[in-house]
Amino acid sequence: MIKKLAPYIGQYKKYIFLVPVFVLLDVLCELSMPLLMARIVDIGIPAGDVAFISKTGGFMILLAVGAILFGVLNMKFSTTGAVGFAANLRNALFEKVQQFSFTNIDKFSTASLVTRLTNDVNNLQVTFMMALRLLTRAPMMLVIAFILAYRINAQLSIVLAIAIPILVVSVMFIISSAVKRFSVMQEKIDNINRNIQENLIGIRVVKSFVRADHENAKFKNSNDDFTNSAIHAINLAILNMPIMMFVLNAATVVIIWMGGKMVFAGTLGTGELISFISYIFQILMSVMMISMMIIMSARAEASGKRIIEVLDTQIDIVDNPEAALSVSLDGNNAPVTTTGKAENFPEVTSGKVEFKHVSFKYLLTGSGDDVLCDINFVAQPGEIVGIVGGTASGKSSLVNLIPRLYDATEGAVLVDGADVRNYRLADLREKIGVVLQVNTLFSGTIRENIMWGNELATEEEIITACKDAQAHEFIMSLPNGYDTVLGQGGVNVSGGQKQRLCIARAILKKPKVLILDDSTSAVDTATEARIREAFYHNLADTTIFIIAQRIGSVKEADKIIVLDEGGISGVGTHDELLKTNEIYREINSSQQEGVLAQ
Amino acid sequence: MSDERREIKPQESSGPRHGPGAPVHGFEKPKDTKNTIGRLLGYMADKKLQIFVVIILMLLSTAGSLAANYFIKPLINDYILPGDFSGLGIALMQLAGIYLVSVFASYGQSRLMLQVAQRMTNAMRRDLFAKMQKLPLKYFDTHTHGELMSRFTNDIDNVQTAFEQSLVQLISSALTFVGSVVMMIILSPTLFLVAAVILGLMFFFARFFTSRSGKYFKEQQKNLGSLNGYVEEIVDGLKIVKVFGYEDKANREFGRRNEDYREAATQANFNSSVIMPVVMNLNNISYAAVALVGGLLTVAGSFDVGSLASFLQYVRQMGMPVQQISNQMNTILAALAGAERVFEVMDQPVEVDDGVVTLVGANKNTDGFVEVAHNGVHPTHWAWKVPQADGSFDYVELKGDVRFNDVTFSYEPGTTVLNHVSLYAKPGQKIAFVGSTGAGKTTITNLINRFYDIEEGTITFDGINVKSIRKDDLRKSLGMVLQDTHLFTGTVMDNIRYGRLDASDEECIQAAKQASAHSFIKRLPQGYDTMITSDGANLSQGQRQLLAITRAAVADPPVLILDEATSSIDTRTERLIEKGMDALMKDRTVFVIAHRLSTVRNSNAIIVLEHGEIIERGDHDDLLQQKGRYYRLCTGQYELT
Repeated sequence: MIKKLAPYIGQYKKYIFLVPVFVLLDVLCELSMPLLMARIVDIGIPAGDVAFISKTGGFMILLAVGAILFGVLNMKFSTTGAVGFAANLRNALFEKVQQFSFTNIDKFSTASLVTRLTNDVNNLQVTFMMALRLLTRAPMMLVIAFILAYRINAQLSIVLAIAIPILVVSVMFIISSAVKRFSVMQEKIDNINRNIQENLIGIRVVKSFVRADHENAKFKNSNDDFTNSAIHAINLAILNMPIMMFVLNAATVVIIWMGGKMVFAGTLGTGELISFISYIFQILMSVMMISMMIIMSARAEASGKRIIEVLDTQIDIVDNPEAALSVSLDGNNAPVTTTGKAENFPEVTSGKVEFKHVSFKYLLTGSGDDVLCDINFVAQPGEIVGIVGGTASGKSSLVNLIPRLYDATEGAVLVDGADVRNYRLADLREKIGVVLQVNTLFSGTIRENIMWGNELATEEEIITACKDAQAHEFIMSLPNGYDTVLGQGGVNVSGGQKQRLCIARAILKKPKVLILDDSTSAVDTATEARIREAFYHNLADTTIFIIAQRIGSVKEADKIIVLDEGGISGVGTHDELLKTNEIYREINSSQQEGVLAQ
Repeated sequence: MSDERREIKPQESSGPRHGPGAPVHGFEKPKDTKNTIGRLLGYMADKKLQIFVVIILMLLSTAGSLAANYFIKPLINDYILPGDFSGLGIALMQLAGIYLVSVFASYGQSRLMLQVAQRMTNAMRRDLFAKMQKLPLKYFDTHTHGELMSRFTNDIDNVQTAFEQSLVQLISSALTFVGSVVMMIILSPTLFLVAAVILGLMFFFARFFTSRSGKYFKEQQKNLGSLNGYVEEIVDGLKIVKVFGYEDKANREFGRRNEDYREAATQANFNSSVIMPVVMNLNNISYAAVALVGGLLTVAGSFDVGSLASFLQYVRQMGMPVQQISNQMNTILAALAGAERVFEVMDQPVEVDDGVVTLVGANKNTDGFVEVAHNGVHPTHWAWKVPQADGSFDYVELKGDVRFNDVTFSYEPGTTVLNHVSLYAKPGQKIAFVGSTGAGKTTITNLINRFYDIEEGTITFDGINVKSIRKDDLRKSLGMVLQDTHLFTGTVMDNIRYGRLDASDEECIQAAKQASAHSFIKRLPQGYDTMITSDGANLSQGQRQLLAITRAAVADPPVLILDEATSSIDTRTERLIEKGMDALMKDRTVFVIAHRLSTVRNSNAIIVLEHGEIIERGDHDDLLQQKGRYYRLCTGQYELT
């Protein structure tokens, strides 16, 4: 994991390398203190050498001032490095997510992607920062303090040789069981949060079924579960401190006993004894720090895994390198136009769409059933193609194959005679306008949202697109017109208005192929008819696919495809299908009842 | 789409987010500290004994560690230097004893405090959740989910940390500090002066960096909010991003926000983390200065080695409390601010319910109704039990007669949603509402079950003013199927049974068959035992609606409200379930809201609403003859928004 994440340190590498240097200096300053103090006590005081005491004491103060400087620099570098690393990682994740194909998107839920980009990266940031500080400091402290202690008195350091393993083993034991208990606790936290979240979202359901008591009882369970598991976990974790204190104190007592005798015998100075006790504290503290880091990294490991999962995601829809290659082999080097496009990639020119024996299944749903099965048809440039069929008959899947939002499992989708897989994705999608079933508007003004279709669009172009989508009128009725600010997700316009804005956004692209996936469901029939009218007149050269629930929406199409359970049940005009296609008739009649014969 | 503008909810909080109420790294101050502390103490009322023990243990452990340091002086002066080893042995035993007491006391104290804090926050969560159930819908309309979530998570977590660790640490740090100062003065007032100068510096720097980092943490939190908001928005609309080739622009914008965040986070973290080395090394300076001056004093003969060693131990211990005190103060302030916000929610007015009329199971006999004890059996009749002035009860059969008399209503003062609406639904009638977004259709149904209360006019249920019916009983008599179907984590069966908790498996399956949900449920991997996760994300919208209809069918209420209940079911399937729906609606008063005119066509009455007023009323044929709004809707000349 470290190997995979390390490259994201990038330009902050120098900080990371500087940290250990300053930590070392800092540790040396700090550990010299007790040693110098011992010299004051053992040499200066007995000799009554005021000059020696002053000189040594002054040197100690100097070292402490130095330690402040090193400590501050050390914090500066570790903070800059860790926060910078997290920023790089966040950028990389975001960019990766931007490359995701629809299949990739389907695999992760929005919430989980957001958590990975925010929480998980922050977890790593905190852990990395702590690791930079503690994991360099603690081992150095441990080793140097031990060497110093050993040099003061080898015999006394035997006590340490016993105390350290005892501490390590018991702390490790506690941590390993605590980690398990903490992960149980985390599950309980998730439960509790889910429970609250569900109640917030479904508060109307709870209230209308009068289930407050039921919900309170359910919550009591998850709440008590959580509390018990938290107590269970933390009870173990807080054992660390008393154990550490116990070992430390026991070692101190033994050392005073043994050391006391040595002092009397003259083999050890009083000051040395005092400084030895200081070192025990430093050494055992380092052991604690290392063990704490282990706890922290266990939590960070989970975050790291989730992040790597995103980074390692195989993007299944990418520009086909072989397509470019195969052409460039014939024609020397690929000539590059001023726009930077390699000329050997095909380009969408007229908008002819052809399906050849296309089958398709979602790779992630697990069920092996084909969503589409052996689909064949041709849509000529400028044609309007209606697609109807029941829920889950494969309508959306079919049109999603045209802009390569998914790739066909078998067969080929051709646009202007070339397999869509041979296009550069950017070129292909630039020429295909899509209005998805689930529409999304972004926070910003209406104008900004529509200009997603074309950043360079002029005012006239925007207005024309909005007029064609029958959105201009209502936009103008808003207090701020095109500058009206939409909330996140476009919450302040109605469903029908939102759909019309999305259509305008797609039209502004001036696409060769336009796909409307059930995107006028909330628009009334009269307005919808006007939108279709605009298509006929102003987008005559555009091949348009209309998926609709209402037969009325596709009635006038040049061609209607009836889908049933993934296969084409019939193709033809409205009148032809009424005669020949049973399913079409059924759909038609199910909708006739509410509508008047005109 | 959602029918009423009011129904549009804020984006579901996905993952922890930093909503408006989230604490800004605990640097904000509580407003009414006294009251908040009082209420927090209230949560510890049943833990008096534990708290008492905690205080004793805390005193013991602090005194123990102070005494242990002092012990060094006699150890060196009285035993080691003179070479009194039997005395040293005894003294070391005593020291070991002090250490043991101190260690056990501190462990016992943290264990107890853990219990106290956990039980306390458990109770707070319980109360907050129960309170949430009682809040009126208006509260949820005006507060985001993220806000309430953050009460449960951030705020209560802060309280927990403060009580579990900070409080005890703060007090014991303060005690250690004061104790050390006293001991130092006893050992040597002159040396103390040396230490005091540096102590002052330590406090100064600790405060300085704390307040500096506080400023940057606010900045960091602001930038984090903007960063997370952007991630949420773009990831949520990722498919649109792809379709419009917006990836590069999104990357650039994200990079910009990320950089802002990086800068603020670096500053904030640097300023808070720098406190430690500064304070600790100032402490080392203090140590060095004391060693120097103490050494000189000892040479001059006015001090001794044992006292110096002991004094140095106290100096060494001083850094910790200074750092802890400023640190823990912040945690505790954050906890108080959090607790205050939690109590603020708990102080919100609850749904008004002064109803006295209750719903009881009843048997019909010649002179009226006789109440039957509720014993889990679904009674044949239901009756309203109306208390009379003389203390007796009157029983009125529950039939499902709903009337609105001149009802006026607004969600917010000034914007009337319903204006002098009068309508009636006789038992067994099917009433449909048609109208644009904001016309007031959903509002009408929300008033029947008293999700909101009206200002003018009256609504009666079987002739009884709904205001005098107990809310729970009123709602039990109404079944609702809403457009936005919400399911709960649990099996399909659990979700169906939500309608009536004592329904048997057979009854649930029967209801599923009636609502035409049975066939799709059977095809699910584990049938009725299939787990539903995250609000039914593993089901299609249409399947979720079928489940919601089944859930209402199990409840078997006399009045049914269907708010766009079949909007996500395609017309062919809708036709298939038509029979089931007919059976479900039979003998019930039904209110239907639908966009699709085929759904409302065979209603007894269709009410066309516009801007909160009834503009047309009649059955399908009547309305067509009127050639009004409904006629234009049917012929596609008019738009429903």
